[in-house]
Amino acid sequence: MNDCATPEAADATAPLAAGDFKSSYKPIWCPGCGDYTVLSSVTKALATHGRPPHEVAVVSGIGCSSRIPAYTKCYGFHGVHGRSLAAATGLKLARPDLTVLVAGGDGDGYSIGGNHFLHACRRNVDMTYIVMDNHVYGMTKGQPSPTTEPDWDSKLAPGGTGVRVFHPLVVALASGANFIGRAFAGDLHGTADLIAQAIAHPGFSFVEILSPCVTFRPEQRNWKSLVRPSPVPVTDDPARAARRLMTDDGLNIGVLYAGSRTPFPLGPRPARMTPDDLEAEFAV
Amino acid sequence: MSTPVPQTIEAFMAQAVAMELEAAQRYAELADTMETHHNREVAELFRKMAVIEGKHAEQIMAEMGWSELPLGARAPVWDGLESAESVPVDETHYLMRPWHALQLALAAEQRAERFFAQLAEAATVDSVRRAALELHSEEKEHVELIQQWLKRVPQPEPGWDEDPDPPRYDQ
Repeated sequence: MNDCATPEAADATAPLAAGDFKSSYKPIWCPGCGDYTVLSSVTKALATHGRPPHEVAVVSGIGCSSRIPAYTKCYGFHGVHGRSLAAATGLKLARPDLTVLVAGGDGDGYSIGGNHFLHACRRNVDMTYIVMDNHVYGMTKGQPSPTTEPDWDSKLAPGGTGVRVFHPLVVALASGANFIGRAFAGDLHGTADLIAQAIAHPGFSFVEILSPCVTFRPEQRNWKSLVRPSPVPVTDDPARAARRLMTDDGLNIGVLYAGSRTPFPLGPRPARMTPDDLEAEFAV
Repeated sequence: MSTPVPQTIEAFMAQAVAMELEAAQRYAELADTMETHHNREVAELFRKMAVIEGKHAEQIMAEMGWSELPLGARAPVWDGLESAESVPVDETHYLMRPWHALQLALAAEQRAERFFAQLAEAATVDSVRRAALELHSEEKEHVELIQQWLKRVPQPEPGWDEDPDPPRYDQ
């Protein structure tokens, strides 16, 4: 567990506030990065969710946005590149009593972890996956990611990659995600509300957050004047959602699909094991 | 006015406190960011603004006899995606100077001033209108204060954002 959040330290009767979920570690993201407000939205959403920090786990992979577990007072697991969903799935199955959030970026989630993304949607384990999408690998100095526009010209990809973009929301729907939404980092309260809804929705919830990278994609500052609330009401019909998502320009924000698939069944929380018990299980 | 106008003085003041606290929180976060990036001068300025906004919230709460923010109070979103008095995170830069920080603070205070002016105009309840006018004049004082500060801070020369070791390869 990060920081000093112990179950004993919390006053169980007091309503939770966003500050109860923030650790004392200061983020080292670039000034202006969208991930700052995503962190604030996540902590606000967790306060709304109402479970104390020691009943929540935040799991991540590698990348700028994957630093987020350290900045919360929840249990945190900063794992291997692209493998956050696999680790989180294991955690949720072993500890079904925890609320599990998974966080990362577009490179970590859609490229290196792309296969895990498909199967996490398909398995529909009850957890929430938050992707801070800035269409670039920021931590490694600006390489194109799966959501980078094909004509984005940079010194590392002169003339652009020429490769069509990955459409994560369509892929999530086709693979079986039970809740799909898009938010914009600059919309603090809207993003917090969306994450809170995603956490409350049973099964695998996927929230894509447009989070500008002001260092490598400064033009993304313009997103705040381009995003708009989704003009159509939320649907639970995958066929209607598919039509909507296939024609989506990537700038509609809100809940775009809230399905009713039965989540992956979770067993009871296993009895506490001692290291000796664990060792015995591995005996040949 | 796109934001719903509160119909009771309690609802209005709860909204105002939430707005001040959110602005204070944002300034504190920006101060932390600047400290992390060793821009101590700007960090200090943002820290100072966080204290001012925090005190403003305390003052409103004292007037209302509240010891804490009423449950469910939320800063209204106005003229964009955020509350009027919050400095947008994306407008900061790691090499920014106090002059830039004061420009951001000035813009935030001016937005707050306009917000309360519009709210006073749209209010249908007398007590809400009076309170909105009072807060409008307080925000106006903040605007004047920042304008005074700005006179004492030099405007940065062109090239203030040039970094001999930039993060981008294409610079």
